[in-house]
Amino acid sequence: MTSLRRSIRPEQIRELILILVIVALLLFFGTQISDYFGARTFTRISTSIAILAVVAVGETLVFLTRNYDLSVGSIVGFTAFFVGTQLQFYHGIPPLAAVLMAVGIGAMMGAFNGLLVAYGRVPAIIVTLGTMAIYRSALVEYPGNKIVQISALPAWVQDFSSANVLEVGTFELRLIVAIALAVVIIAQLMLMYLPYGRRLYAIGSNPEAARVAGFPSQRIVFIAFILSGALAGLAGFMFLGRFGNLTVVAAMGTELQAVAAVVVGGTSTLGGSGTALGSLLGATLIGVLDQSLRRWPLISEFWRDAMLGILILLAVAGDRAIVDRLRTIWARSELQLGAANSALPQEDNIHGS
Amino acid sequence: MALNPSPADAPAASRGIVKRLLAWFKTWEGLLLGILIVVLIVNSSAVPAYLSPGNQVNLFILYIEKIIIALMMTFIIINGEIDLSVASLMGLAAGTMARLFEAGVPSGVAVVAALGLGLLCGAFNGFWVAYIGLPSLVVTLAGLITYRGLTWVLIEDRSISTLPAWLNDLGQKPLVGSLPLALILFFGLAVLAYIVLQFSGFGRYVYAIGINSDVARYSGVNVRRVKMTLFIASGFVASLAGLLYAARLGAVRSSTAEGFELDIITMVLLGGVSIFGGSGTLRGVLLSILIILNLRNGMGLAYLSANVQTGVIGLLLILSVLIPNLAGSARAALARRREARIAEAD
Repeated sequence: MTSLRRSIRPEQIRELILILVIVALLLFFGTQISDYFGARTFTRISTSIAILAVVAVGETLVFLTRNYDLSVGSIVGFTAFFVGTQLQFYHGIPPLAAVLMAVGIGAMMGAFNGLLVAYGRVPAIIVTLGTMAIYRSALVEYPGNKIVQISALPAWVQDFSSANVLEVGTFELRLIVAIALAVVIIAQLMLMYLPYGRRLYAIGSNPEAARVAGFPSQRIVFIAFILSGALAGLAGFMFLGRFGNLTVVAAMGTELQAVAAVVVGGTSTLGGSGTALGSLLGATLIGVLDQSLRRWPLISEFWRDAMLGILILLAVAGDRAIVDRLRTIWARSELQLGAANSALPQEDNIHGS
Repeated sequence: MALNPSPADAPAASRGIVKRLLAWFKTWEGLLLGILIVVLIVNSSAVPAYLSPGNQVNLFILYIEKIIIALMMTFIIINGEIDLSVASLMGLAAGTMARLFEAGVPSGVAVVAALGLGLLCGAFNGFWVAYIGLPSLVVTLAGLITYRGLTWVLIEDRSISTLPAWLNDLGQKPLVGSLPLALILFFGLAVLAYIVLQFSGFGRYVYAIGINSDVARYSGVNVRRVKMTLFIASGFVASLAGLLYAARLGAVRSSTAEGFELDIITMVLLGGVSIFGGSGTLRGVLLSILIILNLRNGMGLAYLSANVQTGVIGLLLILSVLIPNLAGSARAALARRREARIAEAD
């Protein structure tokens, strides 16, 4: 029993529960919707998760530092719109340049947030509530056709949404899904192994201690916001590629979905705990619900938002009720263990996340 | 907040009334008054009849629902919490009332049911915050999504414009003189809020909890009950404002009042209320309400679109916290330098 406790942490149990919930949901909707288990459903759900997952990973980094980024929806919308308008007028822009432009603009917008939060010491909720409005209003006022149409975009953008990297039988792994998976994996590795990733946890779990320990807290928070903005920019490009036709309300409300994915994925709203993988699972749960409710004939699809809100509350409350208790049990058993063989160095205790 | 000492903190009365007035002008509220005067001068030089009572009443009517909620939000933020769900609750209350009335329920019952739902949703928020101890930001964000989602379930993508006739009249016609019901309600609520916050025991508890809720609890303040009361009141006021808004517009949609929380929170924070709780006054909030109303109106006169106006409000929100912060650091740096100089002289 003790060895089991030492090899599995409460966070992993939470991720396991989430996977079980997703599987249960899939099985349930399988009985409700005809032709549910098939390549088409897989493509539909996986592509709808991709954009959200990329935004959610950026949001996770910010959440880890005990901050929030509510401006990501406006950043996704603005970059999609800006890059789309450019491509509409200059078909010659190479794909890589278009992607870099989106990421760069997103990073700049994120840097503005980060500057105000980290160096201006303005609470993140204020800054990003403000920039959410500012970036959106920049998008609406952006001179241009006020609309991006897929027919006016270069051919490679039009093909982007249906491009595959892998085909197994009728199952297709879309390019935007592959991009999202790559982002999640890179972010997860960074969080686990890079000093910067570990510092994000340190700052979130105890900002004062991190400061005393000599971490450049301000710079770490600043960079987290830049990364969140850059990923939102990348998501903006994916948004353009997936939908093609954009209006000024593009990606409105994405920030709420991203926060939902992050919180459902087990990242603490008080910072210091959470994973990119968890956020992917959170995004998956939201995507499965979202896409399945559209096709479930029994209740109106207008229930989607209400369910999303309830899901967030359940996740946070469940966290408080179950995981905190588990963590206490774990910590107690670790303590007993530590007392028993205090001579041994306790490498496992340092995981902390 | 560093820039927010009350006039009483200014140097002693012996310095004379002029100096005291000057000292007050250096506070946040003085700054707000200065900004307000500048905005008024600019606006009235552009439009001659700007300061006429008719225009000023109109100004209030255009934003009356938001400023009614801002009164309640002041309590919540001073208490160290936040309520992001108010705009969604406005929509939900208006939607419930419209839907019930449409289904043939007597208008009075529909209105009472909508207000009751507001109380209930406020209590729901308050339960998670006060008794379970979840952060209000997350709880009310979930509320924002849920209540708006329920409004979508109720109304879907329609627009309901068959509202009770008496409600439309209350919302659109003046009740006393040139003042409609909403404006009279606002003045009544403002006086009530001022008395409760600045002069009652409950008001002191709100500040005490905002400054340090642990200390307040150990001093015998029933922190849970105060927080619960505030969230229930916030839910009620939001649903009341939602009904007023529906009555004024004469129609309800699923997106009714969407995004209003930004303006409301800006009004409170610009008024000098600290986002960390524990400090701020209703006087400051009333001044900032006047500034925002007149600024929006002025921008409208200058043909700036509603969208640009929202962007400017967003900028104002950030600046209202950034400027005091920067001023605080500058003052601290000056003080340090002065101390260093004194130490050198010794």
